Amino acid sequence: MEKQVILNKRHFELTVNRLCYQLIESHNDFSNTVLIGLQPRGVNVVARLKSQLEKILGKEVVCGNLDITFYRDDFRRREKPLIPSTTNIDFVIENKNVVLVDDVLFTGRTIRAGLDALLAFGRPNKVELLTLIDRRFNRDLPIQADYIGESVDSLSSERVSVEWKEIEGEDKVVLYTPESNE
Amino acid sequence: MNNLSVDHLIGIKDLTREDIELIFSTADSFKEVINRPIKKVPSLRDITIANLFFENSTRTRLSFELAEKRLSADVVNFSAASSSVKKGETLIDTVNNILSMKVDMVVMRHPNPGAAKFLSERIGAKVVNAGDGTHEHPTQALLDAFSIRENLGSVEGKKVVIVGDILHSRVALSNIYCLQKLGAEVMVCGPTTLIPKYISELGVKVEHNLRKALEWCDVANMLRIQLERQEIKYFPSLREYSMQFGLNKELLDSLPKEIVVMHPGPINRGVEITSDVADSKQSIILQQVENGVAIRMAVIYLLASKIER
Repeated sequence: MEKQVILNKRHFELTVNRLCYQLIESHNDFSNTVLIGLQPRGVNVVARLKSQLEKILGKEVVCGNLDITFYRDDFRRREKPLIPSTTNIDFVIENKNVVLVDDVLFTGRTIRAGLDALLAFGRPNKVELLTLIDRRFNRDLPIQADYIGESVDSLSSERVSVEWKEIEGEDKVVLYTPESNE
Repeated sequence: MNNLSVDHLIGIKDLTREDIELIFSTADSFKEVINRPIKKVPSLRDITIANLFFENSTRTRLSFELAEKRLSADVVNFSAASSSVKKGETLIDTVNNILSMKVDMVVMRHPNPGAAKFLSERIGAKVVNAGDGTHEHPTQALLDAFSIRENLGSVEGKKVVIVGDILHSRVALSNIYCLQKLGAEVMVCGPTTLIPKYISELGVKVEHNLRKALEWCDVANMLRIQLERQEIKYFPSLREYSMQFGLNKELLDSLPKEIVVMHPGPINRGVEITSDVADSKQSIILQQVENGVAIRMAVIYLLASKIER
């Protein structure tokens, strides 16, 4: 397995900062905007954006976590059952501007399920998509992100992993290539 | 460990502690789902489930049906009273006919102990036991333990007394297995005639004095007197039973600590439990019913994920 660092610690921080300012550009003071992280890994992105945005804006930014397990399209197509994570949305989505957040946008299937799951909480005014990493040219569905941290060209056999200092010990994004592709 | 060790839910006896914990953690997610504005998820869109009720039921049948519909499964209902069973059709024939209509899972309640196991050995569909005679009622035990976990934080180390007609109760047997697997201490309490002779071999304490039992426990599960299963008289009168084994407010308030009161329903108000106890804040009877839907969604979801395409 060959490793290639796409974003190092410094770039990671710059990217998150830029995304925050891009969000502020279109959502002003976040009075009618909520961030929703897709379980499991989108939640980490939301947590980081939230703390950074609150530092910049000096006010609370409303955030939630959404689990999409029951909306996935691969139920019974896998060996193991799909085990859900927690959903934590304790506010009303009706008429809100929602930014769905995930760490890696790949086939687009997770986002499709996320959009379905989101509608169970009401009718948002507008939904946008933010992704830290966009794996271009790998989409199975016609879904594109509105805010992109970094675009990556990769083969579908490769794996992109976003690592966090809270979990893995360091902020970075790594591209893993299996031996057979070398 | 993230798959059930069984292919059917026949009884708690077959489950491991990990199975029960997996069902609980899945039910946590479903409990959140059924409190959303839109209480439905599309997971089981391509699954058809038959509810076969050869015995009367309100709560369990509604609860299963609701659980199935909230998972988006297609549901067919069958009750023995209005079917060809009355014309002499056997269980296997009835079920095979229903399965020919391409049903993936069967939820069955039957008056004969072992009916669910019998069925599971002979058909291709997944079987969920919704009560087989006096044998087991696994989803009830799961929702009872789930409710205890919700109210007291965990089941491990808790003391639970099951009061009433232990002899005819499938809820009692399933509860004993379930609570013990989760590390609780279990006591049964009732008139000698309604306690099976060798029940202590299951590792439960036996007590014939309700006050002593209640002073010992953290949770009291008051069972219904199953008059429909009693062919002979097991106690002189309902009035006498109620005086000795009925839970009233006076008794509840005189206990040294606040206990949790449960009842699997349907309640005979004034017999095993008085109205003021059933409606008191210590009673979690309606919470049990709500949890019933979440638990059944979890069981159906986990079993359905084992259906081969």
